[in-house]
Amino acid sequence: MDNMIPIKVNGKEYRVKSGQTVMHALDGLGYKIPRLCYHPKLSIEGACRVCIVEIKGLKNYAASCSYPVSANMEITTNSRELRQARRDIVELILDNHPQDCHTCDRDGICELQRLAYAMGIRKRYFEGERKQYAIDTSSASVVRDPNKCVLCGRCVRLCSEIQKVNALGYAHRGFKTVVMPAFNKPFSESVCTTCGQCINVCPTAAFVEKNNTRELFEMLDDPDTVKIAQVAPSVRAAIGESFNLEPGHAMHSEIVASLKKLGFDYVFDTQFSADLTIMEEASEFLERLEGNGPLPMITSCSSAWMKYVEQFYPEFIPNISSCKSPMSMMGTLVKTYFAEKLKVKPANILSAAFMCCTAKKYEAARPELAVNGSRSVDIVLTTRELAWMIKSAGIDFLNAKGEDFDAPLGLSSGAGTIFGATGGVMEAAIRTAYFLYSGETLLDIELNELRGLKGIKESRIKIHDKEIRVAVAHGLGNSSDLLETVKKDPGRYHFIEIMGCPGGCIGGGGQPYATANSIPLDEDCLLKRAEALYGLDRKKTIRRSHDNPDIQRIYKEYLGRPLSKLSHQLLHTHYKEKTPHGIIWKGAVE
Amino acid sequence: MITEKDKKSALLEFIDNYREKDNFESYLIAVLHRVQEVNGYVDEASMDLIAHAMGIPTARIYGVATFYHFFNLKPVGKYIISVCMGTACFVKGANAIADKIKEILNIETGETTKDGLFTLQEARCLGACGQAPVLMINNKIHGRMTPKKTADMIKKIKRNALKQKVQGQR
Repeated sequence: MDNMIPIKVNGKEYRVKSGQTVMHALDGLGYKIPRLCYHPKLSIEGACRVCIVEIKGLKNYAASCSYPVSANMEITTNSRELRQARRDIVELILDNHPQDCHTCDRDGICELQRLAYAMGIRKRYFEGERKQYAIDTSSASVVRDPNKCVLCGRCVRLCSEIQKVNALGYAHRGFKTVVMPAFNKPFSESVCTTCGQCINVCPTAAFVEKNNTRELFEMLDDPDTVKIAQVAPSVRAAIGESFNLEPGHAMHSEIVASLKKLGFDYVFDTQFSADLTIMEEASEFLERLEGNGPLPMITSCSSAWMKYVEQFYPEFIPNISSCKSPMSMMGTLVKTYFAEKLKVKPANILSAAFMCCTAKKYEAARPELAVNGSRSVDIVLTTRELAWMIKSAGIDFLNAKGEDFDAPLGLSSGAGTIFGATGGVMEAAIRTAYFLYSGETLLDIELNELRGLKGIKESRIKIHDKEIRVAVAHGLGNSSDLLETVKKDPGRYHFIEIMGCPGGCIGGGGQPYATANSIPLDEDCLLKRAEALYGLDRKKTIRRSHDNPDIQRIYKEYLGRPLSKLSHQLLHTHYKEKTPHGIIWKGAVE
Repeated sequence: MITEKDKKSALLEFIDNYREKDNFESYLIAVLHRVQEVNGYVDEASMDLIAHAMGIPTARIYGVATFYHFFNLKPVGKYIISVCMGTACFVKGANAIADKIKEILNIETGETTKDGLFTLQEARCLGACGQAPVLMINNKIHGRMTPKKTADMIKKIKRNALKQKVQGQR
């Protein structure tokens, strides 16, 4: 299939590989045809018709995303008529689209806006029928606004192909088509795992996160509370993109300084509780390895993953680590350990979390994670929301520097840092499990087999006489594939890390939108964000969770030891099967 | 007496007939037809059941069921009146017939009367253009209709239904 064929583009002769689409061939030749519904990681829909080209011999313009290139094809990419036709297509989309750009969540970072600009649409000729649907705000994480939907279908394909959740489908037909969960049920009652990837791939604001910025500003105005923030590793690796920086800048001190300026009294690091998670999780793993509990043990940090397993793989619930996520561990410690230290009632503490994640909004509201009857994390904001807050408060983010996370819950090891990238939790856990099992220090601590964006990664680690077989999956679709493997071969692995989002937390549903030079889920961008975290890890002198002196102190002062009674009470939880509408039973067809 | 459980296993059995066929998924429409035949409409519980049995996400099944006008997603009346809105019938005054029905029965298109007797639907061309305008009551075509003739037919059905009800009470 890989033979080269001659084609003509705008009268010039080229040779391209056969067996690809016209769009791909043109991409390789330096012609970037405008596009909307197309996404390289998703199946081809051919729905929007923006990517049309002229092919000699065809009666109509062809959608280049779906038309296969063939020998001696004569393609025109740029003519007056073609530009006009593309412009008409985009105009017709705009005619049905709400004209509220300046008050829209995606203002300034909207693909439709960019496309309209690129097509040269400067004047509106028609006034189309507007959609009038109710906005679904039922979910704690994701808001669905069908009025802004252009029916490109990226969300539907992503939800089924990459995440294998299948929460979304097209209902009704023609102009009345609406992307919705089964039976038009509210999101909160659907199989949606709240991962928020639909938000990332949506070209408009048909999906956005539940915005809690106003609520948080109000909470910050309360003079009677102690205001405490925590920041997830991946937020620092991506927030720069919201301030026009290239991906890959680690911006922790800018974030801490900005949060202080926003009015927080203490800024703690979720990386500290990631270290704590490792202490608990590695100990739990070793207990299971000794025969106390089912193997493989599977990580429980990713909130979307937890809802996924409860819905689609309840039989694996006993395999899930009982550890709470780092966010919930931090929230719990803030309202217990730190409240006691401050001699403040938990009710008078504001516990806010800044996460790369939309699912954490859902997690924070889970009743089983409450501490003494109240939420351990009162409010969760995404990286995007944090950037909005900083901008609207008039803080010079890029120059706000020189502050570090507060003690006693702010110091972290490099192991806590790499939690944000796929494979990071496993790598961190092994660094500590190795020590706990053998009493020796793992010297070669960069486990390159577990890094990178391969869907499912495997490795074997030798600890003395014992060989530990581990696997890592990111994205719920890959995770589902991995679990199917485990079903067939239950003894294959001892330990599995799963992250719900492609790339892990760095690719979370709350991360900055793709910029003009990028696309959603762009691997380059994910790798740069991951590298920002690995870079931080390399620079740290403490790179193993158990070497973190503040972790050692909290065990000495408060928790006793990993898996102690108090640790269990505060840092561990349990999961239950969930059966909302729209579940497919995997065993039915094979 | 047919119980819900019987209905469920009958549907699963019906699905199993297709399991060995190529493109098993594509029999979804046939399965939905079957549900409507038995139930009168395609209900949510059946769609969830089909999802499990056929391994097709419910959201996609719902998409198929809402795409085709033929599928009813709500319970329907004993008599389903489909007014043809195809081109031929439309120019011959199908609108006036539909309006008359709405007026008499006090329902909109797609709705069912409170007594559960009538459901009003619109059809796209029933393939009987020579007799336009036509309407269909429970799979029987009635040609060359007028609003008056339609009103008389509805009156007749109502009278018969009442008679049956009275006889049933005796």
